[in-house]
Amino acid sequence: METPGHAEKGTAAMIYLHIFWAFFVANLLGYGGGPSTIPLIQNEVVQHYGWMTNKEFGDLLAMANVLPGPIATKMGGYVGYEVGGVLGAVLALLATIGPSAIAVILLFTFANRFKDALQIQWMTRSVQPVIAVLLAVLAYQFLLSAFEEMGWIHLILLGAGSYFAMERMKIHPAIVIVASLFYGGFFLSHI
Amino acid sequence: MTAALWPLAASSKGGLSMRAYLDLCIGFARTGVTGYGGGPSIIPLIEYEAVKKYKWMNADEFGDTLALANTLPGPIATKMAAYIGFKVKGSIGALVAIVAHILPSSIAMMVLLGFLYSFRNSPVVKGMVAGVSPVIGVMLAVLAFQFLAKSRKTMGTKWMGVFAVLAFLLLQIISLHPGIVIGLFLSGAFILSTYKIKKADGWKRPVMQKRERQL
Repeated sequence: METPGHAEKGTAAMIYLHIFWAFFVANLLGYGGGPSTIPLIQNEVVQHYGWMTNKEFGDLLAMANVLPGPIATKMGGYVGYEVGGVLGAVLALLATIGPSAIAVILLFTFANRFKDALQIQWMTRSVQPVIAVLLAVLAYQFLLSAFEEMGWIHLILLGAGSYFAMERMKIHPAIVIVASLFYGGFFLSHI
Repeated sequence: MTAALWPLAASSKGGLSMRAYLDLCIGFARTGVTGYGGGPSIIPLIEYEAVKKYKWMNADEFGDTLALANTLPGPIATKMAAYIGFKVKGSIGALVAIVAHILPSSIAMMVLLGFLYSFRNSPVVKGMVAGVSPVIGVMLAVLAFQFLAKSRKTMGTKWMGVFAVLAFLLLQIISLHPGIVIGLFLSGAFILSTYKIKKADGWKRPVMQKRERQL
């Protein structure tokens, strides 16, 4: 799993290889569609390759949630472009969608027999707690860095407010994110 | 990739060929642009295009395709686009459907973030970026809770707890790469479920065993 070259600037070819590898691994392991790949992408992009900070990753996630469309390809396209230009974006997108797209096409003649197999059910289930832990750790990191940055009053207002808006009032996440951008623009521009 | 897939599609040239590509393009661009909240929320929109509007497949086939796509890792919406595109127009159809589905939102993402970051030093933009991180924290926490609730439903509170604690220890205390942890869990689940089937059925179902080996 480990590839050489933590965040160090390799040759151009190495960077493209790293981009492909990062998104290939994250999406191959992300059972359960887009959201389950978020912590895996974060692990590759922030922890492993150091292409962006956790904070930048948070901005990326926020913008990806404001825009429509699949989340994994929006993240992949942007990070690939930032790190390796247009070719980087193309490679990240290929790595995100290529393997599973080809697998679906190859399997489609006989895979209908697999879908009820106990192995598939158990494998899918076994990954869910891992994803939950990864997401919880990420959530903790974001809330902690927000606390350090803005103090607990703004954090509680924004955190509790957005929870209430999204989960109780069922307001669309995109609207909540845009509202929090305005809140930050007005009340947090001094920090 | 394109070169390797090209010959497969060459057989399906016809009078209505361009029309079918255009339909795929429009159908999947529309679902990509209107579907909010990532892959799973887009499924009903894809069903509308594929079953009701363009009649690429019937509702049963769509259900089967969805179940099949769920057995594989990776984003769900692009797997659906790949399969439906392939069914309608071969490999090129699959390519057209996927590109139409992901390209508009990927480009919009670059424009929007580029715009935000070009004012990176403005205090207002700094405040905006700060304001969004608690919301992202809450969204991730809710997502984590949903995954836990889902696994509590499918494997019971006790096993969910055991798996979650085990995952936490491996990820945070021993600091294993998530890929290795997921690989361990996947192979553990595969071995245990295979063992369970073998134990329940003895050696009476050769078809099932063959399937296991293919997996």
